[in-house]
Amino acid sequence: MATRALPGPLCPAGGEGVAALATGGAPSAEGPGRPGPLKDETLGVASVPSQWRGVQGIRGETKSCQTASIATAEASAQARQHVDAQVQTEAPEPPSVQPLSHHDAPRLAAFLRRVEAMVIRELNKNWQSHAFDGFEVNWTEHQQTVSCLHTLGYPPAQGQGLHVTSVSWNSTGSVVACAYGRLDDGDWSTLRSYVCAWNLDRRGLHPRQPSAVVEVPSAVTCLAFHPTQPAHVAGGLYSGEVLVWDMSRPEDPLLCRTGLSDDTHTDPVYQVVWLPEPRHGHRFQVLSVAPDGKVLLWQAGGAGRLQLAEGFALATQQLPRSTKLKKPSRGETEVGATAVSFSSFDPSLFVLGTEGGFPLKCSRAAEEAALTRMPSSVPLRAPAQFTFSPHGGPVYSVSCSPFHRNLFLSAGTDGHVHLYSMLQAQPLASLQLSHKYLFAVRWSPVRPLVFAAASGEGEVLLFDLHRSSQKPTVSIKQTQDGSPVYCLEFNHQQTQLLAAGDAKGTVKVWQLSTEFTAQGPRETEDLDRLAAEVAT
Amino acid sequence: MAEVEETLKRIQSHKGVIGTMVVNAEGIPIRTTLDNSTTVQYAGLLHQLTMKAKSTVRDIDPQNDLTFLRIRSKKHEIMVAPDKEYLLIVIQNPCE
Repeated sequence: MATRALPGPLCPAGGEGVAALATGGAPSAEGPGRPGPLKDETLGVASVPSQWRGVQGIRGETKSCQTASIATAEASAQARQHVDAQVQTEAPEPPSVQPLSHHDAPRLAAFLRRVEAMVIRELNKNWQSHAFDGFEVNWTEHQQTVSCLHTLGYPPAQGQGLHVTSVSWNSTGSVVACAYGRLDDGDWSTLRSYVCAWNLDRRGLHPRQPSAVVEVPSAVTCLAFHPTQPAHVAGGLYSGEVLVWDMSRPEDPLLCRTGLSDDTHTDPVYQVVWLPEPRHGHRFQVLSVAPDGKVLLWQAGGAGRLQLAEGFALATQQLPRSTKLKKPSRGETEVGATAVSFSSFDPSLFVLGTEGGFPLKCSRAAEEAALTRMPSSVPLRAPAQFTFSPHGGPVYSVSCSPFHRNLFLSAGTDGHVHLYSMLQAQPLASLQLSHKYLFAVRWSPVRPLVFAAASGEGEVLLFDLHRSSQKPTVSIKQTQDGSPVYCLEFNHQQTQLLAAGDAKGTVKVWQLSTEFTAQGPRETEDLDRLAAEVAT
Repeated sequence: MAEVEETLKRIQSHKGVIGTMVVNAEGIPIRTTLDNSTTVQYAGLLHQLTMKAKSTVRDIDPQNDLTFLRIRSKKHEIMVAPDKEYLLIVIQNPCE
């Protein structure tokens, strides 16, 4: 606004109109059309104060804002009443034999008088009758041949060249487990090893994919399933350790172990067996045998440890000298135990197979202290009671008959199976079944006269003493190239099944023919006769 | 009383006889030569079977009746002599 008067003289090119305006008044006297001389003109500064601020004023208001406080409240509720109830069923008491009241006696006597003649007549007739001789009923489908049901294997273990060292059926008879290890190299190997289990009753069984695999840092040499717990399995290692696994927990299967202490075996464990704890029938202990001459009984302690409960040691000096064994030189020499089998009739009686080739009859009740310098936390005892006449080489397997209290079998490196009676040193029978080693022998759980043997020539031999006491009734070829069969086990629940493991790392499950599973008439009597007649 | 024992002893002493028992109409054993649990099992089961056999015979021909029951098994021969009040059960080994 202050520059309003300035434009005229400052803008000479601005136009004549402006100049005329500026000079509008007084110069008009000089006449129009004659511009005046240009000169500086100074104008006073006009200032116009801003009234904006003044008009508006400064209005301020103070305001504040806050969120409302959060209301909290605490309340708790608890029901403090509870009720316990217990229910128990009592085992039904079977009706026992009722004593006859005197009132009924005459009527009973009359009844017996009436029927006695008829019964006696029938008894006589029946005793003399041969009407049913040779008559066989087939209630079930007859299985004519022995056939291979499953060929099981674990490729990673087979790839390492591991052998199946042991097989075991679980208590329900539906799971077969095998231990991988090596028997042929005597070296402390650091090879990883495996315990594999297959559930044969599960749908979609994959023969090369076990349903459970446990990795073990050292070779596993023996395996045994718990007698009642279907998932618990005990194993012995090449290092002398004994472990118990729970196969139903694949992420953490180890239940307890012995660790390596003074008590543990110093040699590979050759066999483990579960035994019921005396006075606690439902609890079980693990018995292990090894060629270091010790037979040790372990029970589960706290914190996953197996603690030594009882121990036995075999010293050559303390063996009963019933046969012409070589006199030992001096000092105590241990006798290596390689196999064990417990009597089915006397829980304290067991038979040991030894590296010296002679089976030993032993008792758990033995009191005599063992002559040994081996350190141990419990006193070791000398169990041997009787020495049987020896094989030509180490014994690899012994098996007590489930049907006769005195009979047992042993098999060893000389390729012979010996049938012994507990009562005499000389074997009742000696059968050469192989030109190589025999690694396992087992009595059938259902046929008193049948047993099976695993040979170093890759065969599973089934022997029926009823048919022939000289040569095997059936010999099955387990391995094509004749590599040895190391272990075999009958299934005690599904008695038609037999599992055998070999050096190729495979486990084959064989279905036995009916002749090996169905007991014939008077077979037990034949077994008694066999035990008696050869003994005399 | 003595007569009952005598008769049972005579039957029991026959060739091949393993056990003898007398069972009443309710299936409860009254006399036995076997152990308790075996007796109870045999008595209960054979009583049922005998009643079934009896009704079978009667259903086929109402004029007919069961007089004797023999069961041949692989291991034994079981004979049952029925009566309206009692059953006599004899278990025998088959002939040699």
